Amino acid sequence: MRFELMYESFFKIVEGIPLTLQVVSISTILGIFLAVAVALMRISGNRLMSLPAYYFVYLIRGTPLLLQLYFVYYGLSQFEVIRESILWPILKEPYWCGIITLTISTGAYSSEIIRGGILSVSKNYIEASGALGLSQIKTFILITLPITVRQALPAYGNELILMVKASSLISIVTLMEITGIARTIISKTYAPVEIFLVAGSIYLVINFIIVIFVNLAERRLGIEKAT
Amino acid sequence: MFDVFALGPTGWGDEMLMGAVMTVLVSSSSLLLGITLGIVFAACKLSNFFILRAIAAVYTTIIRGIPELLVIYLLFFGGSSAVMYLAKIFGYMGYIELNAFTIGTIAVGAISGAYSTEVIRGAVNSVPKGQFEVGKTLGLSGYSLYGKIIFPQVARIALPGIGNVWQITLKDTALISVTGLVEIMRQSRIAAGSTHEPFIFYTAAIILYLLITRLSNIFFDSAEKKYSKGYVAKEAL
Repeated sequence: MRFELMYESFFKIVEGIPLTLQVVSISTILGIFLAVAVALMRISGNRLMSLPAYYFVYLIRGTPLLLQLYFVYYGLSQFEVIRESILWPILKEPYWCGIITLTISTGAYSSEIIRGGILSVSKNYIEASGALGLSQIKTFILITLPITVRQALPAYGNELILMVKASSLISIVTLMEITGIARTIISKTYAPVEIFLVAGSIYLVINFIIVIFVNLAERRLGIEKAT
Repeated sequence: MFDVFALGPTGWGDEMLMGAVMTVLVSSSSLLLGITLGIVFAACKLSNFFILRAIAAVYTTIIRGIPELLVIYLLFFGGSSAVMYLAKIFGYMGYIELNAFTIGTIAVGAISGAYSTEVIRGAVNSVPKGQFEVGKTLGLSGYSLYGKIIFPQVARIALPGIGNVWQITLKDTALISVTGLVEIMRQSRIAAGSTHEPFIFYTAAIILYLLITRLSNIFFDSAEKKYSKGYVAKEAL
């Protein structure tokens, strides 16, 4: 074990934390909007809405994230139309391609979690709300959404951890976040075990903090642990 | 446009199909390794020894909390020297280099194993205690108890979970492409690079993955049906 190397590389790898957190939080927030939209489309009862949503989720869940990233980053840029469009300044940046891919991915996975949450809301509540004269939109915002959040939170906590892990893939398109820096140091120093321990611990700490926050939120919302 | 997928030396069709075969091979061997690890670590988690439980907890926490890519880098850069270190203990001084397939299988198998551990542990827990007690009362032990009474029940309950693990494992093998193993992901990258047609080849890769997913769903569905035969009949009554 080369402890001095671990100590030195710790400070280098730490510099990647802001990028990891930034990419994860931007795509998570954008992903929630996408997820709610997809979930609503799937339970809309209208086949023109629910079928595209179903196939979208099937496509994203059935293919590796790395492939999706390559598709967005390399695949789309093949076309002149895209290279000349106003989207090009965004699509040529690995940073934005990473965020787009992660947003789409978490949007698909979370839509299933949210759909499950919405479906778990008892019909009685919806009917009661209607009887009280609340409009459909008000019922959704005031009744369905809060119950959905309670139902979906434990599974969504898992999804957040998966997002932190998934964000490591953007290092493959040259972004220097935690894994990217770790990889560079490994290939320079040839000390895979040491660097793995350092970078791995940083990820574990980040995920541990997420778990603590999700647990706090669960307690505030009065969710009982299923164990 | 489809000329690029011609079979033989003029196109990439056969190469892409070989990539798909490689993906299925490395995924299957990783799943097998993962299930083996899953059985071992599930046994650890269910054991009465604190140390075994702690080891299993550390294993599953690390794998579930650290990016798969880091685990693959660890084995890719450190796997060969670890094996050589072990070989030295047994007196072998030569140079050993693990190939990309072995490293990939070990890496993805280790990841897959952490998920299998939870699936198998849950399944074993859901077998009623009475089944163990009755088996022991009848004087059964070892293979006749665990192989003939407990295993079929665990298998039935664990199958849907193992199906999910297979799905995760299949997708994780795409990450091995960074180590040079020519599976679907790597092959489509190579083809995209040399033809300058990334869109077509990544689309082809997407279709191949979806196809494998579809076929394996069919397989797991029929396996589930087979293992839950007695239960289906009971529900129908």
